[in-house]
Amino acid sequence: MKKDEVPQDKSNLESANFKELCYAVDENGEYTTVNSSGWDPKTIALNKAIEEIKLRVEDAKQRVLNHQTSPIEYYMEYHKMDLPILASYVGMWKWRVKRHFKPQVFQKLSDKTLQKYADVFEISIQQLKNIQLHEN
Amino acid sequence: MKINFTHHQSAHCENGVISNLMKHHGYQVSEPLAFGIGSGLLFCHIPFLMVNHAPAFTYRALPGIIFKRFAKRVGIKIKREKFNNPQKAKAVLDENLKNNTPVGLQVGVYHLVYFPDEYRFHFNAHNLVVYGKENNTYLISDPVMENVTTLTDKQLEKVRFAKGAFAPKGHIYYPVDFPKELDIEKAIVKGIKHTCKDMLAPIPVLGVKGIRYTAKLIRKWPKKKGTKKANHYLGQIVRMQEEIGTGGGGFRYIFAAFLQESSKILNKPELSDLSKEMTTIGDLWRDFAVDASRIYKNRSAKEDAYNQVALQLEAIADKEEVFFKKLKKAIK
Repeated sequence: MKKDEVPQDKSNLESANFKELCYAVDENGEYTTVNSSGWDPKTIALNKAIEEIKLRVEDAKQRVLNHQTSPIEYYMEYHKMDLPILASYVGMWKWRVKRHFKPQVFQKLSDKTLQKYADVFEISIQQLKNIQLHEN
Repeated sequence: MKINFTHHQSAHCENGVISNLMKHHGYQVSEPLAFGIGSGLLFCHIPFLMVNHAPAFTYRALPGIIFKRFAKRVGIKIKREKFNNPQKAKAVLDENLKNNTPVGLQVGVYHLVYFPDEYRFHFNAHNLVVYGKENNTYLISDPVMENVTTLTDKQLEKVRFAKGAFAPKGHIYYPVDFPKELDIEKAIVKGIKHTCKDMLAPIPVLGVKGIRYTAKLIRKWPKKKGTKKANHYLGQIVRMQEEIGTGGGGFRYIFAAFLQESSKILNKPELSDLSKEMTTIGDLWRDFAVDASRIYKNRSAKEDAYNQVALQLEAIADKEEVFFKKLKKAIK
């Protein structure tokens, strides 16, 4: 990549007001570094990934409202987590967390267990029990 | 307290921490040099691991290992510690700052408040330098950022004790012992040899073979997983290749810069020619990213489009195979 070919596309970096560093070749064939504000191919990839997460959150939300899953799954998706990550944060086995996705099981969880989840998601137990209280 | 530390922005966090810490201790080690000596360049499809609901690919060596190899090869000693107890981790950090030692930390990105929201994923192998503390605020030099920043002690504890794959466990590291003179020449040769070995390894998911394997996967995805997932997976490859930290072209440009610098240090003009060749290969990776992005941009991609990008990857694999064989010979 030549120095003047380093892409300066609009990207999500703009919001944080920073530019990333790229390596490129100058007129004399010497390597140098150039700041880049972003590049469309990866901005699109990132935006698609974020869209994907939003869909997952929305889907989880609907299933919570239909009593098909517990709010834990909704908050897990909201925090871009998957089962292994959430299990690791609450310090429980994966199968146990997965079991807590069942609405009947979730209803019977002790406050102590609920608190563990609430702490990880940085919300109150009330919010954990009722996703309508969660500000998006 | 504030240590007199100079922040230099780098493309990748780990190389940047090495380079910045070395410069602080009076050794001019550039980012490409740190990357090359630590044999950072790689391609690997990590089997069985899913990241963000997609298969995991990496263009670089495992987190932490670049610094480890770099230290061993140039002859510096690094002290490393991990903790179960956040208080203990904080105490060790404070103690070092009191002794005027800037330290490297491994952290998780998800809770890193100064990152743009869109970039905050559960990725635990980010690195930064702490170079001071004022009241309850730590002074942070994050190599990928243009300028220095700060984190409160609560915020820092959170990122140091992020959970999930590669959990940092408060991982702290800093060089403690330096030789009179760094043995850069020998270190460069060792670094290059190791990279050649990795890239030409007879393991199906690693190096040149890994690239071919990935091409095969791409051909299968649309039929096996459906267009939606195939596009998501393809996007993941491009993100791993280009997202903040690689310097462009999946680290290929940094590696080319390293070869150019090495050719001067070792006085081997053939390395300079190979650097140019690597730049061309980096350009091919960029072309691959552009064409892949066309596929996931419009959802109704034809199946042939996947075959096209797979072909591109195979061409890159062929080029890299020839390249690393030549490089191996050149460094003998």
